[in-house]
Amino acid sequence: MSSPVSPSVDTSRAPTSQTVKNDPLPSDVAERIGGSITVQIDGRDVKVPMGTTLLEAAKRVGVRIPTLCHHPDLCVAGVCRVCVVEVEGQRGLQASCAYPVTSSMKVWTHTRKVRQARRHIIDLLLSTHHGECYSCKRNNNCELQALARECGVDHYRFGHVTESQCPIDRSSHAVVRDMDKCILCRRCVRTCIDMQEVGVLEAIGRSSQTRISTYLDLPLADVVCINCGQCINRCPTGALHANDSSDDVWRAIDDPTKHVVIQTAPSPRAAIGECFGCEPGTSMTYPMNTALRTVGFDKVFDTNFSADLTIVEEGTELLRRLHSALVLQQPVAFPQFTSCSPGWVKFLEHFYPEYIPNLSTAKSPQQMFGAVIKTYYAKQHGLDPKDIVTVALMPCSAKKFECNRPEMADSGFKDVDFGLTTREMAQMFKEAAIHLPDMPGSDFDDPFGTSTGSGVIFGATGGVMESALRMVLELVSGSPVEKLFEHANIVPVRGFEGVRYLEIPITQVSPKVPALLARVIPSFEFLKGATLKVAVAHGTANARRVMEDIKAGGKFSECHFIEFMGCIGGCIGGGGQPIPTSPEIRAARARALYQEDAVAVVRKSHENPAVLKLYEQFFTDGPGGHLSHGLLHTSYVARGKHIG
Amino acid sequence: MIPRDGKRTPLTFESITPGAGLTAALKLSRADLIAELAASKLRGRGGAGFPTATKWNLAAAARVQEGQHKYVVCNADEGEPGTFKDRVLLLDHADLVFEGMTIAARAIGARKGILYLRAEYIYMRRLLEAELIQRREAGLLGSAIGGLEGFDFDIAIRMGAGAYVCGEETALIESLEGNRGEPRNRPPFPVDTGFLRQPTVVNNVETLAAVAAIFAKGAAWFRAIGSEQSTGFKLFSVSGDCERPGVYEFPFAITIADLLSQVGGTNAKAVQVGGASGTCLPASEFGRRLAFEDAATGGSIIVFGPGRDMLLVAKNFMEFFVEESCGQCTPCRMGNVKLLEGIEMLERGECSSAYLSELFGLCETMQLASKCGLGQSSPNAFLSIMHGFRNEIMGRSPVPMRGER
Amino acid sequence: MLVNRQQRMQDLIQQLIERHGRTRSALIPILQDLQREDSVVSDFAMQVVADELGIHPAEVYGVVSFYSFLDHEPRGRFVIRLCRTISCEMAGKARVARQLENELGITFGQSTADGRFSLEWASCIGMCDQAPALLVNERVYARVTADQVHAILDECRQVFGAHAAHAERVAVAVAVAGGAS
Repeated sequence: MSSPVSPSVDTSRAPTSQTVKNDPLPSDVAERIGGSITVQIDGRDVKVPMGTTLLEAAKRVGVRIPTLCHHPDLCVAGVCRVCVVEVEGQRGLQASCAYPVTSSMKVWTHTRKVRQARRHIIDLLLSTHHGECYSCKRNNNCELQALARECGVDHYRFGHVTESQCPIDRSSHAVVRDMDKCILCRRCVRTCIDMQEVGVLEAIGRSSQTRISTYLDLPLADVVCINCGQCINRCPTGALHANDSSDDVWRAIDDPTKHVVIQTAPSPRAAIGECFGCEPGTSMTYPMNTALRTVGFDKVFDTNFSADLTIVEEGTELLRRLHSALVLQQPVAFPQFTSCSPGWVKFLEHFYPEYIPNLSTAKSPQQMFGAVIKTYYAKQHGLDPKDIVTVALMPCSAKKFECNRPEMADSGFKDVDFGLTTREMAQMFKEAAIHLPDMPGSDFDDPFGTSTGSGVIFGATGGVMESALRMVLELVSGSPVEKLFEHANIVPVRGFEGVRYLEIPITQVSPKVPALLARVIPSFEFLKGATLKVAVAHGTANARRVMEDIKAGGKFSECHFIEFMGCIGGCIGGGGQPIPTSPEIRAARARALYQEDAVAVVRKSHENPAVLKLYEQFFTDGPGGHLSHGLLHTSYVARGKHIG
Repeated sequence: MIPRDGKRTPLTFESITPGAGLTAALKLSRADLIAELAASKLRGRGGAGFPTATKWNLAAAARVQEGQHKYVVCNADEGEPGTFKDRVLLLDHADLVFEGMTIAARAIGARKGILYLRAEYIYMRRLLEAELIQRREAGLLGSAIGGLEGFDFDIAIRMGAGAYVCGEETALIESLEGNRGEPRNRPPFPVDTGFLRQPTVVNNVETLAAVAAIFAKGAAWFRAIGSEQSTGFKLFSVSGDCERPGVYEFPFAITIADLLSQVGGTNAKAVQVGGASGTCLPASEFGRRLAFEDAATGGSIIVFGPGRDMLLVAKNFMEFFVEESCGQCTPCRMGNVKLLEGIEMLERGECSSAYLSELFGLCETMQLASKCGLGQSSPNAFLSIMHGFRNEIMGRSPVPMRGER
Repeated sequence: MLVNRQQRMQDLIQQLIERHGRTRSALIPILQDLQREDSVVSDFAMQVVADELGIHPAEVYGVVSFYSFLDHEPRGRFVIRLCRTISCEMAGKARVARQLENELGITFGQSTADGRFSLEWASCIGMCDQAPALLVNERVYARVTADQVHAILDECRQVFGAHAAHAERVAVAVAVAGGAS
């Protein structure tokens, strides 16, 4: 049913030298063209397909070569020169991350010249690297620091700057730039231009005046940065970090007059263990609840609850759009785009503002939750909303921008006061001397502690789509979705391929519309025989491809519903997640989420009893009704891409 | 009028009949053409000295993508300090240069040629465009050149924008592609993956003119000049403290002393061979020969008279590299600055032998680990001047304080 | 109909795209023509070019900021580039530099208040045998001495004058007579 698609527009933009793929030729191709070559690295032989880099070849034979500008997600740069090695017959040292094996060769990875070169490079970088480790966010998790230790740095061979050379850019809610610490590895540039295709960061100037900066050196908040924070995840030092709100959160916790509640998203729970030495994909959901209460939060809620709420609202919206278009013959924007990824939303507002009508009006789970807490929850518990502080633990840096959007105050107060990243939360635990893996598990607080497997998988690319389909297909067909997809696992929308597409023929429809949707759609008859076309894209480069295809009237313009995530991998790869990141790490985090879903008792959003209760007691005119529109839906801003 | 003076000796190029080389070359098959060039043992005249026929062979064998072309690029980004021979060649013998490009195109199967002209030579652009128009009218560019069906080739001029590093062939190609002039990782090399990822030959202006001469008069003639490993005649750009600066032609392997006597610089204290990225040789080394196997050069010869402060010479060179480094790789971007700082410390008499030793170590790292030839050779001037003139450099007094004599 | 500056720039860029192409490899020729026309590649121009070529403004800025002959900040009508590399240094460029600063009342890296002249350093411009040498826009002057500076500046004021934008029609001056040995 699904098929991998190449959209009609190819916009690869990386300079030629930087499009050397990290993967070697597939071995069957290499064999066919006679391209398997034996290389000797530090005396050890290894047979590799032609085109494999020396770095990769060394890895295969257990030889570790230190790197700095290299990153598994990014195209090759070859600029730091840390990974240089001696190659027999070559006068100069070669960058192993970029040097392809094309013939048999002998390589040495730690000769005098190599060790000297590595050491000199670190000494040079330290000579202009301003800032002390102990006051840096990346203390103990910094690649420059690690290399300095590894190379045996014991004095500043080429001097050291003692004064700041550039002011810190704190203009953005989400991403802070401290260029005193930049080592010009170009990872952020390759991330922003090549990987995300947002194009905010670039090398400006020449020679020792080269700096990583924005268009006309404008503050980050004044250019088209979408706050996705992918640059933060890949920065080897503290030059880029998220705008930390933990001091504000501590202040609220320490204020006895404040009732501080926190909602936790699934992706941090699958990743925060990495900050405490756990393997990626070790779920910390229940220990974290205990830790959060220990830190001083008054209530610990599960964002998955509001994820279910989002599904009900957004799924209803989709059905309403379909009904309006196909039955009422009204002009309706299709495809409908998900709107829970604030990085994606800002991306669309900048680059495709004419498609704002396609964005679901549903808020993200985080924001829905905030609105509900400061109204329904406040009322239920006799609290004055002005004394409630809502904190959101998110894998996301863009959520810091999102909660500060002027529209996000439908409760009459700032719906979500602070967004905390996974990293910041880990830091708060450490400040309270909590070793998270040792905490006993405990449950979420009611009334918002109930969630389903659908809510959990939001964190992975394809998760929102799968959740929405579980609800929509089941309600429309009138029979359990397990009949269409085994165990309700909609596998075709899972995985890490950049763009995924699925067609689902609707062969039967329920004769009766369930009460939940009855006010919105009178009947499902109009969908009988129709084919639901959906797609999933993650990372804004893939989003761009899909959007260009839609603009050109291609395959994706005929979709009904598309899930877009701003970050590669979905939220589990978010800009607030533990550093480092890699395809393997993200896959492990996603696996944890799908496992949690697999064993969940309730796995469909429309079956979440707490959600149903909320509609019963509060949003009494149902999903998509006037009441829910007042609190759970939002509007967007056509920002355009012109700067200044 | 454009500066036309500059030649101090007659140039062999003046005696080459324009068109003779191309006519002879087109009579040969591609393979024979490259073989003839190989027989001449011509090496690149831009400084690197790579065997031209080898480069052409690789490009000829490389595959081009469906619907794409191979390219011949003339590197006229002459930016090496002390080099101006290409200026003279382009003004006086552009026809031979274009002829050489056409022969190259025939050899590798290219359809498009680009003359990458440095921005500082903008004043000669109209002249060169006029030359190209003439060639098109004469059927020497365009389709079926020399009556050869299928041999279509034309040349466009692209201007540089003021960056010495774009003389490096992959940085040049990056510039042509609309990028910052930052050299690429190699391999792959331009002959395989060049402009727009297609096989591209990048040759120096003088190399291409020499190609035209070789086919006009024969590989054997060319090979008989010069030395075994550095065949042919070479243009030298001579400037500095000498009586007769200008462009000279000598056979390869002339000694420095001989050259100095010809240019009126026999009282020289030192000679910079190969520009800022070359070597500074003191008088004791003037017996050395200018050839790839001895004192290699792209032709830049800068003469330093008896009164020259060699530390300030080194400083000028390092300032040049600090300005012109592309900034991409750590050893060059930061190493050049450190070397310049070191020179300033020496000026003030504040550089210990120990730290100087560290800088020498840094020089080795730059020579070995820099991403391109700029960073690999920028320490050369520093090293050769330090070694050759240590006694006049160490132990300087700082600028006297007020009141001191 | 009044055509404002921005519209004029849009039209010019369209023409340049027609001339050079709409691909990334047309970027630098387009920027060079804009620089020649306007003595600057302005913010507006960079964003329009970026949009038209399908690249990011930051990338255009990255390219403009890399090359010495492209500027995003306005330069004077006549950009004087004096070579400071070794052969010109040894031939006495320091005195020419000093005199230029005297005559124009600015230092290197600056432009005159009336927007007429900018003073820049250049790396070796290939006139080492006739040093010191300098470029003024698309003209080269060789064997320059300090006392000739005034005449050179005057020449710019007179010869270029109102036709400065059409440098191609102007005969390129050669070194003033009586130069080096």
